[in-house]
Amino acid sequence: MNTVYKETCQAVVVGAGHAGCEAALACARLGIETVMFTVSVDSIALMPCNPNIGGTSKGHLVREIDALGGEMGKNIDKTFIQSKMLNVSKGPAVHSLRAQADKSEYSRSMRRVLENTDHLSIVQAEVAEILTEGSGENRIVKGVKTASGAIYEAQAVILCTGTYLRARCIYGDVSTYTGPNGLQAANHLTDSLKKLGIEMYRFKTGTPARIDRRSIDFSKMEEQFGDEKVVPFSFTTDPDTVQIPQVSCWLTYTNEKTHEIIRNNLDRSPLYSGMIEGTGPRYCPSIEDKVVRFADKNRHQVFIEPEGLYTNEMYVGGMSSSLPEDVQHAMYSSVAGLEHVKIVRNAYAIEYDCIDARQLYASLEFKKIHGLFSGGQFNGSSGYEEAAAQGLIAGINAARMIQKKDPLILDRSQAYIGVLIDDLVTKENREPYRMMTSRSEYRLLLRQDNADLRLTKIGYEMGLISEERYQELLEKERQIEKEIKRVEKVFVGTSEEVQELLEKYESTPLHSGISLAELIRRPELNYEILEPLDPDRPRLLRGVAEQVNIHIKYDGYIRRQQKQVEQFQKLEYKKLPENLDYDEIPSLRTEARQKLKMVKPLSVGQASRISGVSPADISVLLVWLEQRKGRKN
Amino acid sequence: MKEFETIAAAATAMSSSGIGIIRISGEDAFSVMEKIFRPHNRNKNMAGQPSYTVHYGTIVDGEEVLDEVLVLLMRGPHSYTAEDTVEIDCHGGRLVMQRILDLVMRSGARPAEPGEFTKRAFLNGRIDLSQAEAVMDLIQSRNKMALKSSVSQLQGSVRQQIEKLRSRILYETAFLEAALDDPEHISLDGYAEKLYKTVEEIGGEIEKLLKSSENGRILREGIKTVILGKPNAGKSSLLNVLLGEERAIVTEIEGTTRDVLEEQLQLGDLSLSLLDTAGIRSTEDIVEQIGVERAKKQAEDADLILYVADSSRPLDESDEEILDLLKGKKALVLLNKSDLESAITPQMMEKRTNHKVLLISAKEEQGIRELEEEIRSLFFQGELDFNDEVLITNVRHKTALQRAKESLSMVMDSIQNGMPEDFYTIDLTDAYQALGTILGEEMGEDLINEIFGKFCMGK
Repeated sequence: MNTVYKETCQAVVVGAGHAGCEAALACARLGIETVMFTVSVDSIALMPCNPNIGGTSKGHLVREIDALGGEMGKNIDKTFIQSKMLNVSKGPAVHSLRAQADKSEYSRSMRRVLENTDHLSIVQAEVAEILTEGSGENRIVKGVKTASGAIYEAQAVILCTGTYLRARCIYGDVSTYTGPNGLQAANHLTDSLKKLGIEMYRFKTGTPARIDRRSIDFSKMEEQFGDEKVVPFSFTTDPDTVQIPQVSCWLTYTNEKTHEIIRNNLDRSPLYSGMIEGTGPRYCPSIEDKVVRFADKNRHQVFIEPEGLYTNEMYVGGMSSSLPEDVQHAMYSSVAGLEHVKIVRNAYAIEYDCIDARQLYASLEFKKIHGLFSGGQFNGSSGYEEAAAQGLIAGINAARMIQKKDPLILDRSQAYIGVLIDDLVTKENREPYRMMTSRSEYRLLLRQDNADLRLTKIGYEMGLISEERYQELLEKERQIEKEIKRVEKVFVGTSEEVQELLEKYESTPLHSGISLAELIRRPELNYEILEPLDPDRPRLLRGVAEQVNIHIKYDGYIRRQQKQVEQFQKLEYKKLPENLDYDEIPSLRTEARQKLKMVKPLSVGQASRISGVSPADISVLLVWLEQRKGRKN
Repeated sequence: MKEFETIAAAATAMSSSGIGIIRISGEDAFSVMEKIFRPHNRNKNMAGQPSYTVHYGTIVDGEEVLDEVLVLLMRGPHSYTAEDTVEIDCHGGRLVMQRILDLVMRSGARPAEPGEFTKRAFLNGRIDLSQAEAVMDLIQSRNKMALKSSVSQLQGSVRQQIEKLRSRILYETAFLEAALDDPEHISLDGYAEKLYKTVEEIGGEIEKLLKSSENGRILREGIKTVILGKPNAGKSSLLNVLLGEERAIVTEIEGTTRDVLEEQLQLGDLSLSLLDTAGIRSTEDIVEQIGVERAKKQAEDADLILYVADSSRPLDESDEEILDLLKGKKALVLLNKSDLESAITPQMMEKRTNHKVLLISAKEEQGIRELEEEIRSLFFQGELDFNDEVLITNVRHKTALQRAKESLSMVMDSIQNGMPEDFYTIDLTDAYQALGTILGEEMGEDLINEIFGKFCMGK
């Protein structure tokens, strides 16, 4: 008799990267018996590319993950070695937190959390096959089978395979069939997915070399310090605990010589020789791409960033490449300060299988396979934070499916996570998708500072936020509202003290008394600066002052955006049935009909964002829906 | 129904028919009406008037009276769309109706989409289910037509200009976004001042476009037609014949018309804005001199010049002066008084000018039909669909240009008030989208493509 190992759980998570970790934690924390698979337990929460978390718009995602009860923010707060708030002078919506991580600490710390979470077990094995029952549109997930034949039965499977599916690393004419950092690739699962009718794409991304700190001449570079006062990512982290000694990054530049070396060797680049077939991202170009596409620039910035406290490896930000080894050496050592550089790990490009995410609902469940979810780079995104955000939502929704609850779908007016997922599942995506603040229409409302006010209530309803944290949020809301009202009524006279303070900040002196709020609205002043003129200011919870300041200063803009959101929501709240047969609707143009059939939008709003669906098609759809409603009655 | 924004459109064809109807529907319909309607009885509280009542008064734009009208009030759900609805019965005619529509748009309504009144009527439960398919067909077919007419309306140069302005806005937005997204690679130092200038320039260009539409371009108010000629050549008689009424004063005394008279004329589906001018001659009379100068000025701006020459009198200096004015213009030369003995023959005239020469008699109303045909063929080759759809898009263009201009001034306000850079992008994007509605294009992935295409992002 042929015997195999068999185990029954409720949810399986395939992959232990940033998506997999959040997915597994969300499931397990919601009481679902969860098994997480990884090809290497030592590579949990690995950061195979840049050594930082956050940055523009990505910092927003981390805050949102935290507000919903995810782990990424807490983990980076424990393991960062430098932190900066970017864009501080450019408006509250684009403030973005970015921290340098100690990579191995980040990974170790996340592993510790996973290992000590109830209902969660970790298994080192390659998942080779998705087990299902039924056929066609009625297929249901039953579990997974590993490469060694073991079977894990589950009601939900979440695919978070990152860049591992049929991964191939390339530089010059060297190509190896491995995942990042030489880790084992997952070569079987793609076939199983294809058999299930899932369409696969091939994307490409790349990473720069890691170099030996001892071989760098820092005297030729500009030192980049962290912020004096560090702001934590997580709303639960006590700010006092993150005021630690920080390490520096370093700025240097490429030069004409670097560019010449690159240009002279372009014919040896696998990108230009056609050896790489995958589609790469435009926002994260390799240095050879930059030199070709922006030929008029005579230098490009290069950031040298530490990979951790206990390693000499440094990351060469801005110079990812897939040029041959000898060219890499020549190119890197042409950069000021890197004349004697020793390369520890070569730069490489990596190709991997992923999906067209339009095969997913916004819940991140496959339209064709009930119980199969996916998140992260597998869905065609890029970046640790984008992955974690999807992992969290996929995890929550897998748990909710098992518990027979409605899925959590955040819309574009609620969160960057909503924008991210809506873009992925609605629009055609030809390159790894990176979050950007410009993708968010309502970004003035979706700030990183108010992620808790936007989402913690939802996290609480989902079951990932404690009662205590929820009560604190409610108190914060009350305080903000009360303080805004109070500040509007505080009267500031023309006393000497007032004029002196205004003078100090180069603000026009007062001719007559005005409200404190009016003063806060002046660009050169803010709520904090004006404290000396406000003797009755109450003690407030952390973060309240910032909210009061933003609300008073930017009230007009915020209101305008709120109005836009109201318009947006009208169409967003008009739901479309999942089983809608678009062939039944007369007068739809053929292109619109095809696109609608493929995307299967969940709301009229989502339908209107599909490229190729015109406003007239939406009108037709609305009329038809109404007619159908009439028939049913 | 609170569901929808307030919309407006002409409910009748915009032509010289006696009465034109403009319909406004939506929750703000009454407030829009209150802003622009001055009831005959000034003390009447319009908001408080019951449904199904008719009120007499004027449509006013600030202090300017646009038209005498009747206003019909219908409160939802008892109206065609089941929403609050106001119908303005005004005098027919493209100019009047367009000006009222413009005013309605500025007062809080937006132009209706093709088939939108019917769509709302259906969605609000006013139309029978069996009609739904017809409604859907209507929407799609009207949409095709609207698109066609919208595009056909934009003259090539205007379209190009809007595209150019739009791409400049996109470039600035993309630069800002790239810098906000990648602050360590792209600096915004000193950018605000530069942007201010650029935005001011673009705003100025849009203002010019708006002005050109105000000044009576062909597509808005008809073909601006100036009638020129020596005193007593029969210009005013021609105007009267064309209009079919005694509008200009016709006398035997030279120099009777001392200023410029303006009239609207509908030639089939063609709209003419006719300007009768003082006769051109050297004169000592100051009032008449001013009239002559105005006539010359009008001729410079005209889309079409009708040069009336008295065929019973020989050509002189004044005729030469007029022939000079015709150079490089669309013009027709009319030899009037063909009923009298002629001192000038068509052959003689044709030697002096490249323009077509026609024989007419304003007095006997001869040659008028031929004249109309010539005008038509001068402006339109083949058929041009001048229906109400075309005009709605016209108002739409203007609304969009105005919106873009307002958004750009808000960008300037933000810069002046020292707002952080992020705030510029909000209104820049609005301006871009507003101009896009004219071309039937949306933002889509434009911005992202521009960011990646034009600016080198780091990482």
